[in-house]
Amino acid sequence: MARISLRVVALGYLLFLLVLPVGVIVFRTFENGVGAVIDALTTESALHAFQVTLYVAIPAVIANTIFGVGVAILLVRHRFRGRRLLDALVDLPLAVSPVVVGLALILVYGRFEPIGGWLADRGIDMIFSIPGMVMATIFVSLPLVVRAIAPVLEEIGVEQEQAAWTLGATSWQAFRRVTIPAIKWALAYGMVLSLARSLGEYGAVAVVSGRLVDQTQTMTLFVEERFQNFDQQAAYAAAFVLAVIAVISLLAINLLRPKEGSS
Amino acid sequence: MATASEDSAVAIAAPPASPTARHRPNIGLGLGIGTATLYLSLIVLIPLSAVVLRAFEDGWSGFWASITAPEAAAALKLTVLISILVAAINLVMGTLIAWVLVRDSFRGKAVVEMLIDLPFALPTIVAGLVLLSLYGPNSPLHVNLAYSRIGVLVALLFVTLPFVVRTVQPVLYELDPQMEEAAASLGAGKATTFRRIILPSLLPAMLSGTALAFARSISEFGSTVLISGNLPFQTQVAAVNIFGQIESDNITGAAAVSTVLLVVALAALLLLDALRKWGTHRG
Repeated sequence: MARISLRVVALGYLLFLLVLPVGVIVFRTFENGVGAVIDALTTESALHAFQVTLYVAIPAVIANTIFGVGVAILLVRHRFRGRRLLDALVDLPLAVSPVVVGLALILVYGRFEPIGGWLADRGIDMIFSIPGMVMATIFVSLPLVVRAIAPVLEEIGVEQEQAAWTLGATSWQAFRRVTIPAIKWALAYGMVLSLARSLGEYGAVAVVSGRLVDQTQTMTLFVEERFQNFDQQAAYAAAFVLAVIAVISLLAINLLRPKEGSS
Repeated sequence: MATASEDSAVAIAAPPASPTARHRPNIGLGLGIGTATLYLSLIVLIPLSAVVLRAFEDGWSGFWASITAPEAAAALKLTVLISILVAAINLVMGTLIAWVLVRDSFRGKAVVEMLIDLPFALPTIVAGLVLLSLYGPNSPLHVNLAYSRIGVLVALLFVTLPFVVRTVQPVLYELDPQMEEAAASLGAGKATTFRRIILPSLLPAMLSGTALAFARSISEFGSTVLISGNLPFQTQVAAVNIFGQIESDNITGAAAVSTVLLVVALAALLLLDALRKWGTHRG
């Protein structure tokens, strides 16, 4: 009896908080038929927003992957002064509100700040343009790759890499032929997490992009702007696409995630 | 520990090679640490320091004036109070859901198991829109929470759902049922077994999940934008207040409220670290 009532409470909570709301969005999106959805998604603004989203997310994921592998190797394979500090700093972005991320970047890279001004004089605009948005996206997804691969690096140990060195491999060869194959699933897991986060980031990008329609508008900004302008069809259609991307990443994450409780 | 012993094993196994082997990685190591530090500084550290510096531009009194400005103070107070409530609800419901997922079995459990992570994968603005379409003005359930504090609460519960579930689950898996059976055979009732046997082992995980949920809730922005309607003194949370201040070019005020958020979130994470140590110490 107790078991059943616990189950009912748990599933009821999930139903009203999670399942029904997400279900309603599917209904709302297709309320006026598939044609209306396709029309809403193929307007110039919508297509531009897709494009901007990719321009922001892809460099951010690449940067996070390179940084993530490098820092995970530093943290797991080496002992140096300040290691614990670096370890803590990597998680810091998780504690920072997306809006604060945006503000922080404006305060350094804004046109009227020293560094931003210096860059602007050289023709590089950071804020209200793609580079700043990439930076904001890197900031919010910074720890994901590091935290995905660090435990695996720890687990595989260094014996195989050392064996490769003994056989005359250079550090790069050992890294490419031994380390990368060993961590590839964890790396893929971290990259999917990072990509999902990058495609879906809203707050930080809202601040640094200046929300310029048809210029710096990403998909998430498009959803908000269309909704505020009473274009519900476009807002729901774009939100639906983002939700589908989220579900696909979720499936990928579940396939790639190191299994819990199996040992 | 493991790495240290491996290092010494290398030194013993290959003494002649060690001078060059030690020398070469050290240049690489220095370069690696330098690059990582520079990267983190440019993206994270310098910008965050700039926020704190800007907040104290007019000294302590300027900072104080910014965070006690009626709108900012109301937003901060609402954010902290509502996040405490969010944390408390997550503590109970998260543990309960984790329990059902580990100890119960029913059809479709695998799907539910996967759904738990959906709030992490779903963009926050979509989460807000999703909730508004069910609990908004055109609610099919005739429940309108738009522009109300309860609406904000629901949005925050949505985005923080996975934290407690995902920290408690692995600990529950590891829990030895023999202890519970022993307690039951010694005459303990279900409630006593839960309170005396299960709860003590779960508590560190429950509390660290709660701390994560609290930190997330404090800083949440996207999911609350649409459903809160951004009403100052009523539904405006701190992150939305900061956004408004940036839009109206009151950067110093925005920086001051941001600094408070940073401090509260860091305090929550320090607490989390202490809880983890406490947990491993006991386990």
